[in-house]
Amino acid sequence: MSRVRAFCLGVWDFIVGDDWRTALGVVLALGLTALIADASIAAWWVMPLAVLGLLALSIRRAARGAARSG
Amino acid sequence: MSGAELGLAVSVFLACTVEAVEALTIVLAVGTTRSWSSAMSGVGAATLALAAIVAALGPALTSLPIGVLRVAVGGLLLIFGLQWLRKAILRSAGLKAKHDEQETFREETEAARALGVKPAGFDGYAFAISFKGVLLEGLEVAFIVLTFGANQKHVALAAAAAAAAVLAVIAAGVAARAPLAKVPENTMKFAVGVMLSSFGMFWGAEGAGASWPGGDAALLALIPSVLIAANAIVWMLRRAIPVAGGEEPVPAEAPELTGVSA
Repeated sequence: MSRVRAFCLGVWDFIVGDDWRTALGVVLALGLTALIADASIAAWWVMPLAVLGLLALSIRRAARGAARSG
Repeated sequence: MSGAELGLAVSVFLACTVEAVEALTIVLAVGTTRSWSSAMSGVGAATLALAAIVAALGPALTSLPIGVLRVAVGGLLLIFGLQWLRKAILRSAGLKAKHDEQETFREETEAARALGVKPAGFDGYAFAISFKGVLLEGLEVAFIVLTFGANQKHVALAAAAAAAAVLAVIAAGVAARAPLAKVPENTMKFAVGVMLSSFGMFWGAEGAGASWPGGDAALLALIPSVLIAANAIVWMLRRAIPVAGGEEPVPAEAPELTGVSA
């Protein structure tokens, strides 16, 4: 493995961690917030709902994994 | 000091304390079994590297337009905070092993002893393990210092909170002369996860163009809301998720400070 690849993988692991779906969900939620706000509609509610959903889904995946492996 | 600045200082202090406790365990292990001077050289080199990272990236981040900074930093803080929170929730629910400083100390000590004879002078092993331990544990804190500090235009305050935490942990470590096993690490990680997620959500939405009802005061609702939601998930996990095989319920251990009743 080249050093550049190893560095990139390290940065990915540092920021995204072991749940890329949550990271992707955060990016999509921010995008949706921007779209709604751009249409001059109140958009503050998007992030709290998204965070609650993403956290619940992430925990659900991890808990199922723990139950299977445990 | 404003509420946001207080939140910054508390978040950085807690995050830094947790990481410093973990780094201290590693340094103690190689220091006591190999060489204190080499281990401390590793600590010094890693501290300089971390300070250089913060000093180099801090001004670059703070020079970004506030909208770009908030959406980027808010998103990163949120991704980071959700990772901390997820792990803390799983630990509180008994689905993930809690960090055990005594066990880490024992493993590191055994690994250091297994290498055999110590060199008379500089011990490369003690230096490298200390350097790596402090750098890796410190990188997360440097990231939080930079993102929180840049967003609040207060990197100095964030750095001061981090330094205060390190000094407190060093003082406690010197006094105890042992790993700080009694520090409630999971509770602190839980709190950091809540703070990072709340501030990340707040800044990310603002950067994306949303306006929070009540402005900055919305944080006073966001932080407890995230805390309540996280505790509710812990409570539900303890009741609902079976341990391997689906037969035994998860043992309801006493909560640390998250306010969850077993």
